[in-house]
Amino acid sequence: MCPSAEQTGNPGPDVFELKDCALIAIATGHRAVNLKELRDILTVISPDSIYYHFWGGLLQPRFEEREYNNDFAAWAWYGMHDATLAERLAVIDPTDFADLEDLRQELLEIMEERLDEQGYLSWLQASSRFEFIRSQIVIFDTGNRVDSPEKLAELLPGLSTGSIFYHFIDARRRLDSGGDDFSFWLSGHGERCSELCRQFAGVDPYFGSLHQIKDQLVKIITNFFA
Amino acid sequence: MTSQLEAYGRVAGQDVIDHLFQLSRPLTGLKVIHVNSTRVGGGVAEILEKLVPLMQEVGIETSWEVIEGNETFYQCTKGMHNGLQGNHVRIPEAQIAAYEEVNRTNAELMREKLEAADYVFIHDPQPAPLLSLCPNRRGEWVWRCHIDASHPYRPVWKYLRRFVRDYDASIFSLAEFAQMLPHPQYIIPPSIDPLSEKNIDLDDGEIAAVLAEFDIDPERPLLVQVSRFDRFKDPLGVIQAYKLVKKFVPAVQLVLAGGSATDDPEGEQVLREVQDNSAGDPDIHVLLLPPDAHRTINALQRAAHIVLQKSVKEGFGLTVTEAMWKGKPVIGGDTGGIRLQVINFNTGFRVNTPEGAALRIRYLFHNRKKIEEIGLKAREFVRDNFLITRHLREYLTLMSSLHFGGRDRIELG
Repeated sequence: MCPSAEQTGNPGPDVFELKDCALIAIATGHRAVNLKELRDILTVISPDSIYYHFWGGLLQPRFEEREYNNDFAAWAWYGMHDATLAERLAVIDPTDFADLEDLRQELLEIMEERLDEQGYLSWLQASSRFEFIRSQIVIFDTGNRVDSPEKLAELLPGLSTGSIFYHFIDARRRLDSGGDDFSFWLSGHGERCSELCRQFAGVDPYFGSLHQIKDQLVKIITNFFA
Repeated sequence: MTSQLEAYGRVAGQDVIDHLFQLSRPLTGLKVIHVNSTRVGGGVAEILEKLVPLMQEVGIETSWEVIEGNETFYQCTKGMHNGLQGNHVRIPEAQIAAYEEVNRTNAELMREKLEAADYVFIHDPQPAPLLSLCPNRRGEWVWRCHIDASHPYRPVWKYLRRFVRDYDASIFSLAEFAQMLPHPQYIIPPSIDPLSEKNIDLDDGEIAAVLAEFDIDPERPLLVQVSRFDRFKDPLGVIQAYKLVKKFVPAVQLVLAGGSATDDPEGEQVLREVQDNSAGDPDIHVLLLPPDAHRTINALQRAAHIVLQKSVKEGFGLTVTEAMWKGKPVIGGDTGGIRLQVINFNTGFRVNTPEGAALRIRYLFHNRKKIEEIGLKAREFVRDNFLITRHLREYLTLMSSLHFGGRDRIELG
């Protein structure tokens, strides 16, 4: 199903409204010291916290070379030293799920399965606590409007990492397709942009920093219109 | 645009500055007051010195008030600081009385201003009771805790909590530091100012002059730790690590450079212990620097091959950030905010003991290329995450969050 203009934050295929956002982290006060506690807290934690631990970290201080694409997987390895669990959690693609509740269920399934396999994980203490964090995102209009793909190519290098986050990462939560705003808008420009959309889809949003993602997008769109 | 923000744009990127202006637009004209307990010395004063003018430049009416205390007050707040960091301290009744009295006196002087402000940021425990002394406040009050309060000594926290719980929000540097409180607890790491005297680029001549002033040989390996003379910074552990390294790297030199903040009466005693432990070794340089010796500290950090911050407790560790910004690998204690900054083999090494520090120092001196490689990564990591522009952005985001309601997604204009 095609997303509505309201969902994309854009009025239609003709004009792309460039937005920007800032995210702030909030401690929930919930902390897990073993896998059972992580599972129990995950059952009740707000969806914002799940969002944060998959995506929010991209706008927060974090070393650029991410080994795992979400905080649960990273903790499974660095906190619990359980490579099996880390690998299973790391393979989750949040865009495969209709909403954060479905994503929560998938996380719980994997954790339950691992607790069944290795009973000691229910009491083994992690070497570091998992801190559940949630976030608030403030979205604002930059006032910039893009009326052609060529204009997007011109403006993209000057976008902030907040804009990249909003349109390339956060969009995956907003759009039914699980894609990004740029590709959705470009797809409205017919066949001539389909290759560009395909190349954008090939940018892995999970591992790089937002600067790296932006550099990749700029390179693709610049080459495309060169 | 003002020249100061233009200058930040050259370091952090113009997109970052545009972003700040857009984020601040809905907050233009609001009145903000920051309150802390010292104008000079320590990380809080250094941050406010820059944050306040920058908030003004993006259109927010911002001022900075400092509460005036006496010696007993500062002894009390030092005890609180240590207690929040987990030390079992007993704070005498007389000190508690002084703490409350100093806050009452300061409230008399500031009440009108504070009650009229749209936002009041109260930094650390020293002025925490001010909220309870401003009953007609109209704005949002936020308690900013710069201390590692992850495992506080409970009697101290229990006492402070009664002043803190009524705030509208609090800010901690790391999620691990947050305590159970009945309001949102925002996570905002602190930052450094790349254009300050302490961090600005220096020419080689100035660095050489500083080394000559303190009789440090520029041709020999140099370890530097910059921090207050405070037990939590473990200066004695640093000397021990240096001594373990000396056997393998005989030419190594150590600089322990620190100052004392006006709210830190314990510093002198720790300094004496450090001087006793380093007596007789001409390659250990213990430097007690005045609070405004920013360029000297800058030069020492730039002259270092490796920077140490072997804290056993740390709020955030801004000296770590400063060193990383200067392209230095950092060997830091595995605690507090150092964990957020020092990534093994990427920006430095985290250690738990003097022996661990010695091992990593030897590793780096043995692999000289790594010193440069790690240093480069460290600088870029700071550029992306720990400059004051990011800090300002998070304050603005928090203010928007409080101003426009606490929903998880806030769409402005």
